[in-house]
Amino acid sequence: MSIDWKQYELQEGFYDELISSPGNPRVPARQLANYLSSLNEDEIQSIKQASESTIRDMGVSFTVYSEGENIDRAWPFDIIPRVISSQQWEKTSAGLRQRLQALNMFIDDLYHDQKIIKDGIIPEFILKQSKNYRPECEGVNPRFGVWAHICGTDLVRDGDGQFYVLEDNLRVPSGVSYMLENRSIMKRVLPEVFEKVNIAPVGDYPEALFNMLASLSPRPGDSPVVAVLTPGIFNSAYFEHAFLAQRMGAELVEGSDLVVGKDDCVYMKTIGGLERVDVIYRRIDDMFLDPEVFHPDSVLGVPGLMRAWRKGKVALANAPGAGVADDKVVYAYVPQIIKYYLGEEPLIPNVETYLCYEDKQREYVLANLDKLVVKPANESGGYGMLVGPHSTKKEREQFADLIKANPRNYIAQPTLALSTAPTLVGRSKVEPRHLDLRPFILQGESSYVTTGGLTRVAMKKGSLVVNSSQGGGSKDTWIVDTSAGKA
Amino acid sequence: MLSKVAERIYWAARYLERVESTARMLAIYDTLMFDLPRQLNFGWYNLIEINSLEESFNERYTVQDERNVVKFLIGDETNPSSVVSSLKAIRENIRTTRDVIPGDTWELVNELSQFVQENMNQGINRRNRHEFLEQIIRACQQIIGLWQVSMPRDKAWEMLRLGQNLERADMTTRNLDAAVAAIIQIEEDDEFAVNSHQTIWGNLLRSLNADQPYRRAMRSSVKGGLVSRFLQADTQFPRSLSFCLEDMATAAKALPRSEKVISDIRRLNQTVTKGAEDTAPGPELRDVLNDLQISLQYLHFTISRTWFLNDQEAESLAVAQ
Repeated sequence: MSIDWKQYELQEGFYDELISSPGNPRVPARQLANYLSSLNEDEIQSIKQASESTIRDMGVSFTVYSEGENIDRAWPFDIIPRVISSQQWEKTSAGLRQRLQALNMFIDDLYHDQKIIKDGIIPEFILKQSKNYRPECEGVNPRFGVWAHICGTDLVRDGDGQFYVLEDNLRVPSGVSYMLENRSIMKRVLPEVFEKVNIAPVGDYPEALFNMLASLSPRPGDSPVVAVLTPGIFNSAYFEHAFLAQRMGAELVEGSDLVVGKDDCVYMKTIGGLERVDVIYRRIDDMFLDPEVFHPDSVLGVPGLMRAWRKGKVALANAPGAGVADDKVVYAYVPQIIKYYLGEEPLIPNVETYLCYEDKQREYVLANLDKLVVKPANESGGYGMLVGPHSTKKEREQFADLIKANPRNYIAQPTLALSTAPTLVGRSKVEPRHLDLRPFILQGESSYVTTGGLTRVAMKKGSLVVNSSQGGGSKDTWIVDTSAGKA
Repeated sequence: MLSKVAERIYWAARYLERVESTARMLAIYDTLMFDLPRQLNFGWYNLIEINSLEESFNERYTVQDERNVVKFLIGDETNPSSVVSSLKAIRENIRTTRDVIPGDTWELVNELSQFVQENMNQGINRRNRHEFLEQIIRACQQIIGLWQVSMPRDKAWEMLRLGQNLERADMTTRNLDAAVAAIIQIEEDDEFAVNSHQTIWGNLLRSLNADQPYRRAMRSSVKGGLVSRFLQADTQFPRSLSFCLEDMATAAKALPRSEKVISDIRRLNQTVTKGAEDTAPGPELRDVLNDLQISLQYLHFTISRTWFLNDQEAESLAVAQ
């Protein structure tokens, strides 16, 4: 049996990424859908097997690093890509740049004059109570005024087909290596489709990342020494750290490989002695960066690193303190932030968000817990959330107490009708599964957006949780140009 | 190259060499069991003394017999030099240096670890021990061969060479010591001493794949004094001390800041060459070998201070910046 798009069970009220109505693929996905329905069950299976063996081959590098418990190596991969038209992606991409530009101006303002607070756009107590505001960063001037150089923004598509920003990850967003790996898998298993369809490449990310990092060097002109700072092999994203360092030709270092000199420069220990490091792409959290300033017992960081950074002897990406804008309460203000700094309307809307510290909004939230998703302001990875429609009475009561005890720490959003895409289930059946999209945005002197991003998919029927730690998988993401077909 | 990466490669090579040499040393004693007259009360515990492991052995075992010695040297995780512990150390060190060591190393080391775990009893019981040890030696050689044909001759390669040769030199002194210890013991309590000498020296050479190279280089039948001189001072045989030291000097030359290491190596090599001429196999040679082991340990310290920059050394350099 082969795939029959007429039998594909579209879900009422949800936008499907590939199929617009039974039997009708959307324009950018048409060739893909036709190709898939031309395959018989054995051919589909052989593509699936080829993808699995490709992952295993690549996975040799995963398993090396995966003796700890929290490794994503078994992250399932679905062979049916998610397709977006290049016209739509252009608009989205402009919106993502706009957003990161405004967020960086916001962070820079917070650590300097705090005009946005003085002007009454954002209440002062939000900053005062922010877990990620670092007074140690006040008055520092990172190059280009940019604090969040690498941002992973989660986008979702609601029932109306419109993209919304769900959250901005400004601390140490991960997943970009999966985006790159997923593309190499697809090229190997569906080469025929790549011949016919104009699929924009994604492979320039490591180059763009390196160029952005190099541009931050405090010693412009020389060829800068760039290092990726990892917490080490037991971190679940270690594979990605090693992968990016390798692709960029940067050094992969741990805190113990670095030392800060009396001249406040950062050096790495090499067999030739100490070698100065100009730019550090750090993949460890603020609080572990420098035991002299933050957690005194942290062994992951480098004593004196903050001193070196404050004096401008080394660039840190992302800059310490950038996470202040990675807060779900701040998130609710991003449309105002964009207007305030850029004088523009946001190109990508936020998901409607209720702030629990505002009395009226809190009352609404408490009265509608069964319909809403409640999130703590500072957690990531889908932890500590209440998904109203799927919750028990007891859980709702528990969250009501939590919200009343600490309203600043909670926001609520309507349950989204997360869009779906056909996903292979069993041998040759396709069923809709919910998904989101994490593009990665870079900002240095100029900005860059990945072509598409990482599509995460909830593999369980009906599930809305796409996090890899909670049963999610991933798909390749195709940005397809339909204006000119491949000859 | 990061100091840490250099250090990990160096230790991976050392531990691999240790696995192979431990297997070879056990093989010497194992074949001696067949070849020596049965009346001899043969001292397996020598192997513990030779490797300076008395303290940790006696913490674990009260009976110093063959079974316990073999168990301790192959499968005991509390012995940091056992085959099992060494394999674990190799894995730890290459997990994070896959960029510079050929990727297949990882699989081969895993296979070997698994083989040792699954067939431990074959090694402990005498029946299949020989075959078991042969398998370990062959697996080690396969990995060394993989490195030899696929690694670029860059700094990682030189680090590997340093570790490999230092451990090999050390293990050659211990293998030689094992033979001398056996000879001394036999002389004390045996009427078959003369024939047994021949057997012991022959086995030592064979276990190091050195019998033919020995005959070609020394143009002589197997004699204790010559074997000892050959294993210390021959300039062409890859397991002789002199050869290992010379190879280390060549490796060091390709690395930065190597002056002190090279001059230490040269001095030690002179001592080796001189001592090999002067000392006949006997208790005095055991002292000489012991001193060489200490010198090699000092050489390791020099290497470590030069290239592996521990916190204290890095600190003093950083203050100087």
